[in-house]
Amino acid sequence: MTVAQSPEQSASGLQINWQRLALWIGVLAMVLFCLAPALWQLLTSFKVNEAITAIPNVYFPSPSQLTLDHYLSLGWIFWRYIANSAIVSLLSTVVCLATGAPAAYALARLRIPGERIILVCVLIVSLFPYVLLFLGLLEVVRLFGLGNNYLALIVPYTGINLPLTILVLRSFFQKLPQDLEDSAKVDGYTTAQMLWQIVLPLTIPALVTTGILTFIFAWNEFIFALTFITRDTMKTIPVAVAQIGGASIYEVPYGPIAAATVLGTLPLILLVLCFQRRIVQGITAGAVKG
Amino acid sequence: MTQASDTIRQRQIRQGLIMVAPAIAILLLVFAYPIGRAFWLSLFTQNLGTQLEATFSGLSNYQRIVGDGRFWLTLWNTTVFTSLSIVTELIIGMSFALILDQAFRGRGLVRTAALLPWALPTAVMGLAWAWIFNDQFGIANDLLTRLGLISTNITWLGDPTRAMLALIFADVWKTTPFIAILLLAGLQSISGDLYEAHAIDGASPWQSFWQITLPLVAPQMVIALLFRFAQAFGIFDLVQVMTGGGPAGATETVSIYIYATVRRYLDFGYGAALVVVTFLLLILAVAIAAYFLSRTRLNVTGER
Repeated sequence: MTVAQSPEQSASGLQINWQRLALWIGVLAMVLFCLAPALWQLLTSFKVNEAITAIPNVYFPSPSQLTLDHYLSLGWIFWRYIANSAIVSLLSTVVCLATGAPAAYALARLRIPGERIILVCVLIVSLFPYVLLFLGLLEVVRLFGLGNNYLALIVPYTGINLPLTILVLRSFFQKLPQDLEDSAKVDGYTTAQMLWQIVLPLTIPALVTTGILTFIFAWNEFIFALTFITRDTMKTIPVAVAQIGGASIYEVPYGPIAAATVLGTLPLILLVLCFQRRIVQGITAGAVKG
Repeated sequence: MTQASDTIRQRQIRQGLIMVAPAIAILLLVFAYPIGRAFWLSLFTQNLGTQLEATFSGLSNYQRIVGDGRFWLTLWNTTVFTSLSIVTELIIGMSFALILDQAFRGRGLVRTAALLPWALPTAVMGLAWAWIFNDQFGIANDLLTRLGLISTNITWLGDPTRAMLALIFADVWKTTPFIAILLLAGLQSISGDLYEAHAIDGASPWQSFWQITLPLVAPQMVIALLFRFAQAFGIFDLVQVMTGGGPAGATETVSIYIYATVRRYLDFGYGAALVVVTFLLLILAVAIAAYFLSRTRLNVTGER
């Protein structure tokens, strides 16, 4: 509510203080709620096993209870998982932008037949749960022999993110001044030249926004990665981390899982820290267009 | 003149279609083919009993669904999970959005913190939540004990009701930021003048919330609910990692069941029928929601 936002100096100081106090309690509760599980994993990842399984729980470990062993126990293979995730996520993002941007432009400017139908379908499709797709995709993957091939992940990730990419970029293109493109045409640019040299540079902010959302999705996706990739050296982060404890049920290695969680999500945390504003824009634009 | 503009127009259409083609091809491959294929395959029996050969069996898979208590149970579980989690998310998300809409120092940092759960992988954080709700060493039991709310450790993921609660809690944590961001966008689009005028008329902030804020963010609320409904209805990774559908199927959702039918029991025909039924139920629910969405838009903004 914007009531508190306007600094009403006339109101009594006491009342404003109460409002401020309530606000800060709310802020504190919110930050705690959002960060606590991640911070608990961070703490667990540095504690020695005795401290992890201590009763009552150890919240403030002494220096002797701290260790890097859990990180070291992950071994080199874990860098491989991170590399796998990075490759799949980057390629998905690139393919998604490379196919989504031209489509968005065509839907925004070129008045092609069936435009509305395409848009409505794109919109509906963005609501599909992925579990409905994996059975059919499993057959496609088998048919083309794509098991244990990154393409089996890149193509679905691209497809799942295309609706959002197309909708966001389309609304962005619609806001660009048409004059720019008209005068480029008059100056003798072909459509391809005009897109590449004039429209694309202007679109970079929107491309970054949708690209980050695609990247985060691809990094986090679980069900396709679990189904289509079975070779250990090709696994992506979510599946690799989820399977660390898979060997024995009775002795779940909580330390290594926590360490893997921290390392495996570090790239995402950095992305959120750097691009918070853009991510918020992307989520909002994607849903409001929808 | 008309001749020339016609060819220009035709060239434009041709270029447009070429530009749309790759995206359409991928969308057809990823969405249309699997769904269409599921419709077709659902008319066949293809499982270990038929040596994985597809044998036409008409609507027998659908007959089997009608009598399949496990499917109806998973549908019930999914409904409970979906409704409880999205209602809770809506309430908490609204509080978050109201807080983030205020002006205070460090708002950017707080917003970043609030965004974090959304960005982290569900499967990985599901493990973190399983650890939090661990019977022996979990922090949930420890905190409740310290607060004096429980005297002995309670079983979370091994108890049917509490396992569901733990799942809902984890899902609320994970997806409240999404709802909060959408609602925040709605809040920020409301003009401050409205509140001032309302306050001059003698309305309390509480009344303003019910009479201005809520009606005006209704469209964003319906959109957020629509997206969240579809996502929660298809929840897979969180359940798979935290409970695996247990204990004794108490938290098994439709997607876990479909996955097990296809991957563990290798019953492809029946799995396809399950996909079709879930798909149709979802379409029905979305159609109802879309109907309400169009109505709220009409009522609230009086346009579109």
